[in-house]
Amino acid sequence: MNAVLSVRNLTKSFGGNRAVDDVSFDLARGELLALIGPNGAGKSTCFNMMTGHLKPDGGTVSLNGSPITGLKPRRIWRLGVGRTFQITATYASMTVVENVQMALISHHRRVFALRPYAHRLYRDEALGFLDLVGMAAQADRHCAVLAYGDLKRLELAIALCHAPGLLLMDEPTAGMAPGERTALMQLIADIVAQRQLSVLFTEHDMDTVFAHAHRVMVLNRGRLIANGTVAEIRADRQVQDVYLGGGTLFSALEPPSDA
Amino acid sequence: MGLFIAQLLTGLANAGALFMVASGLSLIFGVTRIVNFAHGSFYMLGAYVGYTLMQVLPGAFGFWGAILLTGIIVGLVGVIVEIVVLRPVYRAPELFQLVATFGVILVIQDLALMIWGPQDLLGPRAPGLKGVVRILGEPVPKYDLALIGITPFVALALWWLIARTRVGILVRAATQDREMVGALGVNQSWLFTGVFFLGCALAGLGGAVQLPKGGADLLMDFNILASIFVVVVIGGMGSLPGAYLAAVLVSVLNVFGVTYLPQSTLVLMFVVMALVLMIRPYGLLGREEVAGDPGQSGEPERPIKPAGARVRLIVAAGIALLALVPLIAPPFATVLVTDILIFCLFAASLHFLLGLGGLVSFGHAAFFGGGAYTAALLVAHADSPMELALLLAPLGAGLLALIIGWICLRLTGVYFAMLTLAFAQLLWSLVYQWGDVTGGDDGLVDIWPPDWASSSTVFFYLALVLCVGGILALRHAAHAPFGYALRAARDSKRQAEATGIDTRAVQWGAFALAGAMAGLAGGLFVFAKGSVFPNELEITRSFDALIVVFLGGVKTLSGGVVGGAVFESVKDVLTRFEYWRLALGLTIIAVVILAPEGIVGSLRRLGERLGLLRAPEDGS
Amino acid sequence: MLDVMQINSFYGKAHVLRDLSLSVTTGQVVALLGRNGAGKTTTLKSIMQLVVPRSGQVRFNGTDITGWPAHRVARAGLGYVPEDRRIFGDLSVLENLEVGRQPPRQGTATWSQDALFDLFPNLAERRRNRGRDLSGGEQQMLSIARTLMGNPSCLLLDEPSEGIAPVIIEDMARAIVQLRDQGLTVLLSEQNLHFARAVSSHAVILDRGTTRYSGSFADLDADPEFRDAWLSV
Repeated sequence: MNAVLSVRNLTKSFGGNRAVDDVSFDLARGELLALIGPNGAGKSTCFNMMTGHLKPDGGTVSLNGSPITGLKPRRIWRLGVGRTFQITATYASMTVVENVQMALISHHRRVFALRPYAHRLYRDEALGFLDLVGMAAQADRHCAVLAYGDLKRLELAIALCHAPGLLLMDEPTAGMAPGERTALMQLIADIVAQRQLSVLFTEHDMDTVFAHAHRVMVLNRGRLIANGTVAEIRADRQVQDVYLGGGTLFSALEPPSDA
Repeated sequence: MGLFIAQLLTGLANAGALFMVASGLSLIFGVTRIVNFAHGSFYMLGAYVGYTLMQVLPGAFGFWGAILLTGIIVGLVGVIVEIVVLRPVYRAPELFQLVATFGVILVIQDLALMIWGPQDLLGPRAPGLKGVVRILGEPVPKYDLALIGITPFVALALWWLIARTRVGILVRAATQDREMVGALGVNQSWLFTGVFFLGCALAGLGGAVQLPKGGADLLMDFNILASIFVVVVIGGMGSLPGAYLAAVLVSVLNVFGVTYLPQSTLVLMFVVMALVLMIRPYGLLGREEVAGDPGQSGEPERPIKPAGARVRLIVAAGIALLALVPLIAPPFATVLVTDILIFCLFAASLHFLLGLGGLVSFGHAAFFGGGAYTAALLVAHADSPMELALLLAPLGAGLLALIIGWICLRLTGVYFAMLTLAFAQLLWSLVYQWGDVTGGDDGLVDIWPPDWASSSTVFFYLALVLCVGGILALRHAAHAPFGYALRAARDSKRQAEATGIDTRAVQWGAFALAGAMAGLAGGLFVFAKGSVFPNELEITRSFDALIVVFLGGVKTLSGGVVGGAVFESVKDVLTRFEYWRLALGLTIIAVVILAPEGIVGSLRRLGERLGLLRAPEDGS
Repeated sequence: MLDVMQINSFYGKAHVLRDLSLSVTTGQVVALLGRNGAGKTTTLKSIMQLVVPRSGQVRFNGTDITGWPAHRVARAGLGYVPEDRRIFGDLSVLENLEVGRQPPRQGTATWSQDALFDLFPNLAERRRNRGRDLSGGEQQMLSIARTLMGNPSCLLLDEPSEGIAPVIIEDMARAIVQLRDQGLTVLLSEQNLHFARAVSSHAVILDRGTTRYSGSFADLDADPEFRDAWLSV
């Protein structure tokens, strides 16, 4: 399999606690892979090691066969990895289109340029990306007044600026209204198909995961306990247990009497 | 050996007052997250109040009673300040509160002048502790020994209060997690007030206790401010043992410096601070924490657009009008407007850093003074012509900013601010003490423009061209990709870094550019005045610029320039009155409370409300 | 005792709670269930006014407490135990308890340190240790004990079983049952269904910021398909 992203034996501890424990997986071109698990399972830690925000204690992350373990986020971005954040990160003082232009300025390596005026640079190109995510009509609005769902779309447009081969999305639909979630995931799925992108996303909304993911991985207490198709995951006893309470039975307790 | 021990003891004695004042500052910052610039003023107030009480209360009992009473009185003044000035602005961006405390400094200065007069007061000797004791042949004042004995008890009492009482437990809890303390049923407002009382009482105690050694004068507020900042930062913000350790370190170093390196005592303190922070960025006993707010909380700044044709026309008309000043106004007005122009460029350069970059520098005077001294030194020592000096002033200041910025930008928030202050002070002390080269306190004089530019009219036009040019250059940079990247780094460092922007490099560049522009202002200043003195590098210089940017409006592109013009003009009018500081201080406090968006921001809002300007969508 | 009426809460721009309603009667232990991200934590914070709902009302003992400062809510008798515990790491166990201490309140049990050490024996041995030196489970116990020092009449517990070793989870469950037997009203958010069932009689299921179910556990267990639709994978 020629994997876009390969993760091998990734491990990270905080204090004595193994937040991520020997995690390995591959992500193929064009694949939409979901990483799920209960709170505290290690999803974010795992994710942050791939984006360069955390350095792993052990293990490797490779992009198209070359190691990217421990590189800074901006280096990883240059290598063609786009990302979106769980809590949106946009430039609140700029307009929508300027947010995208900023990413394009960086893409064209003109961050330190003193001319021309930034608002004229790559505007058409930026509008193209906004069009792609359905935000063209709001291009000149102040970013700070956007609805949450639109901020998420804007982030997606920013992430696409560098023509990434891989998108890492941390809870792409968190905080969105149910209707918006479906629309955004459909949009992502379309873009993935169109551009042959690979996507790894964490998500806690099961409907979203089951409706759109090609493959699902389940993390619990830092370990990968399942990795398979949607149908396989739904049928997995261990996964059910993890989500419903880890199998602790409380035999010592009497049932409550005040019912 | 005797001398060595005597010096050590003097240093330890001096550490007493320093520790009391610094621990107060540290406590207040720990709980309220306010950097109380006025803390030196409470120290000064302590000295004056203590002086008066000691006149009234007789004997040894009266002397020590006066010191205790002073602590309580100054603490209560602190409570008044907290309730009247700070409570209304707790919700404003954190660093905005600094500006309010700066207003308090001015008010207290003039109140002290009104009550106690301009002359320095000589502190009374402590009854029964008037002589000296000979230790290995060296005289050591008895009062010093008393202080050495007392300070640990004060520290111990403070430690007991903080470690053992309910109030202390709440203070420590609030230092870690204010919100949770509130969720457990503790009323934060009263906790804040209580901490302010305690912190100010300690400052007052410090002021009273040093009376027999130092007396009381109107400059002691700023004189101690730098030292207590250094102590708090070296010790680690919020750490009492750290403050004690650092107070001893700084005081002992100072005493030995006076003996062995008389040319560099002041420099030494700041060198030590810079070294400590480079090795332990959060101080000797401090712990890493989330940095303070970069002055950007509240609603985000609005998008900027290059000026349209109409605004350009208005600005051009304004500049043309300015150009007419020497022709229609009296000569003193020409000189005044020259000063204002220079100050506006200085303010605009800080605004670039603070407004667009979110980088709050407490030491921007380093670059204004840096430019000024670059120019002055070139003329004084190399006979360089003005033209060359004015070219090299911004370059020298910019180079300085590159060096200082490289070190300071490793830190963020309040630590960044403190480190910039330390470097400015380092530079000040260097200039102050390196008399052979810089003229020290006497400054460098007789640095006038060449004949062609010697008339105030010609120099005015020179200043007009350079200052307006500098301000426009900064504005241009703001609209350029570089300026956008700077705002991007401020708005969301996460996103900027995740899209390939090296945010620290961008901020470093901005720091250098702002430094260079401040240096240009400084260079012009030297030739406008014909001289330069170390006070161009002082804290007050840095604070002036800081106040101006906040008052003008951090979140507006023209805030720096407008604030600078208004501030200099108002100051010019007010300084004709005897108690101008009081008036200025009250004005500053009023603006902070009534117009938290600054002059430009509030005017804009007013214009929108009256329908003169187009309001943004969603009422933001 | 506690009535949440049609509240809408936001985190920044994210609309987290949508017209959410629930109520808890005196003496009940109610479990707030739902997958992560469903809005459980925000619900508890909104009750405590740490997140102030933009619309709707929170009533406690009939009084509208919406928009009150959190310390006033706490003094009215609502005790809040946050999800991340928020122990004061520099403070000892005893000092952490002291921060939570409030004067006795009419009509509710008055807690002393000794009574709390009886409830959580593990803490008794570690009373002089600093908060940050405790294990996750001990921190959770301390967080609950600290809140109980305020003698609340109603306890809001956010994910008491999260990140805790299974053995300790049982101790925790036992403690909550004990509190219930003493007449304390409890609203707890949980992901662990077994734990929730062991300590509570009623369940409220949240999904995407809205209440999907409110009723007894017995009824819920009778309809496993419905239950799994909202809770399971």
